[in-house]
Amino acid sequence: MSNNSVVNITNLLKQFPVGGDYFTALSDINLNLENAEFMGLVGPSGSGKTTLLNIIGGLDSPTKGNVNVLGMELGSSSHNERANLRKTKMGFIFQSYNLLPVYTVFENVELPLILNKVETQERNRLVTQAVDWVGLSDKIDSRPAQLSGGECQRTAIARAIVHKPTLILADEPTANLDAENSHHIMNIMVRLNKELDTSFIFATHDEKIMAYLRRIIHLEDGQIVKDEHFDNPKSGKN
Amino acid sequence: MLFNLAIKNLIGAGMRTWLNVFVTAVSFFMIIFISGMYDGMRSHAKQVTIDTEVAGGAYWHPKYDPLDPFSYEDSHGIPPEEIRDLIKNEKAFSILVSQASIYPSGRMMPVMMKGIEPEQSIINLPTRSLLKETDGLIPVLMGNSMANYTKLKVGDSFAIRWLDANRTYDADEGLIVYIMETENFKVDMGTIWIPLERAQTMLDMKNEATYITFAKNISTVQEKENWIYRDVDYLMRDMEAMIAADEPNARIMYAILLALAGMGIFNSQILSIFRRRKEIGTLMAIGMTRSRVVGLFTLEGGMNAFFALIMTLVLGGPVFIYFSMYGIPLPIDYTEMGLIMAKRLIPVYTMGLFVSTTLFISFVVLVLSYLPSRRIAKMKPTDALRGKVV
Repeated sequence: MSNNSVVNITNLLKQFPVGGDYFTALSDINLNLENAEFMGLVGPSGSGKTTLLNIIGGLDSPTKGNVNVLGMELGSSSHNERANLRKTKMGFIFQSYNLLPVYTVFENVELPLILNKVETQERNRLVTQAVDWVGLSDKIDSRPAQLSGGECQRTAIARAIVHKPTLILADEPTANLDAENSHHIMNIMVRLNKELDTSFIFATHDEKIMAYLRRIIHLEDGQIVKDEHFDNPKSGKN
Repeated sequence: MLFNLAIKNLIGAGMRTWLNVFVTAVSFFMIIFISGMYDGMRSHAKQVTIDTEVAGGAYWHPKYDPLDPFSYEDSHGIPPEEIRDLIKNEKAFSILVSQASIYPSGRMMPVMMKGIEPEQSIINLPTRSLLKETDGLIPVLMGNSMANYTKLKVGDSFAIRWLDANRTYDADEGLIVYIMETENFKVDMGTIWIPLERAQTMLDMKNEATYITFAKNISTVQEKENWIYRDVDYLMRDMEAMIAADEPNARIMYAILLALAGMGIFNSQILSIFRRRKEIGTLMAIGMTRSRVVGLFTLEGGMNAFFALIMTLVLGGPVFIYFSMYGIPLPIDYTEMGLIMAKRLIPVYTMGLFVSTTLFISFVVLVLSYLPSRRIAKMKPTDALRGKVV
């Protein structure tokens, strides 16, 4: 594990109890993610990519093995420590956006900063900046119900980046979007990755996303079957 | 931080919040309304008893026992001089009690015959009606229930038989001079009122009395010779005992209302919290700890109770004020059931009632908000994010 390592996983096993037996969702996973990587976990449904993403995000715990994320050993950490790691150093982007319906764009984006106890003035500046980044300045007072799918996902991205996390985990971020919006979203994330050195891990089976990735980890039946690196992926253009 | 988020959530949820608040406010209103009615009934019963019967207290003849009619024959005498002075100064009046039988429409009925000073103004009974000229017949005042029971009306005459001081039975004709509307069944059912002097003559007990009732705010508390001083507390003890015996009923009523209110609140909180599972998952994913999630939802519940209190005061306040001024008309006459109850019940809404109800309901709402949110917060964030039902 290098000093530059964001995620380091060794011999990960994840099983779920099913009836009186166990279903193995992930086995023998070994993975290292360096800073500012733009990586995708790719595979068919049920291959274990969302489970792996959740374990990296500390939302789920490993059955066996070591998972070190941003210097914290997740297997031996408490709920509160993992929550604190997510709050300060991680951002999440979900397939179905998971915006809070009663909040405006501004308030949704502001939420991680409130949790991080950022001062009001600084909060306003960072939210405005993040919303500007994703091109939603004109929708800042709208509620999710008043936004299109693409706009909702851009709000979710703004929420994920507003506190400048080191690692962003995105679970099928373009699954509910059309091609144009998907490319728009991916361009924003590529830009973030380049300008802020933010590491990204995507769980996807969307080929449009794959074209942007510099590293693709192929999962099948809970195991890594291929680890590909690309020097010149599509970036910053449609 | 949680406070701001809770406010945002509540205001942002719009109609859902106001429905929850409305349900809680209705609970507040019903509990305060019913408790106020209950307190009003009890307060009225006490007030009526003091007003029409007890006044400031009494001096009893040493042998007088109101619960033992056989004691009446011997419980009479001339009051001590100090008491007579009170009577002379119109600060007290005598009542002479004896057993008698009346024969309305040929039926015999045992009654308590009470001789009372017609010109007294210490208790609120229309005793001046006993001054009416009756051509030698015994003027009789009785209560409405007694008149209904005996089917007597003003102007009717009937035979009265009594046992005098010499243990000799005597009888004469009585004439109903007035039928009083009273809520105090103790001065009504089974009792006839006649002028004191006439009673003393009939019973051959000149200047004698069974007990002396004195006016309120008189500081004559020491015993007068062997006549027994009875203060208001003593004379009200039956009423207090009745109220105390009724206390469990009041508590049961309160508990039922609270349970109904609690179910409504719990239901709306459960619905509200469970339909926000995904939101809880999202909050956890972006770094909110479980305890903060529980705190947020519990705080929302507490604010719900606070808004409900404001709504109760704004919407229910005028109703409470109206009822406490003009009362609530009761559909039936409860005095016939032996209850001291007004035909228009004036509820009593005290600050204590408002404060205790508010504190209690707020506590219940907090608990009912805490329990489901704690359960939800115990879910794995991944399950909450999927909106999985626990």
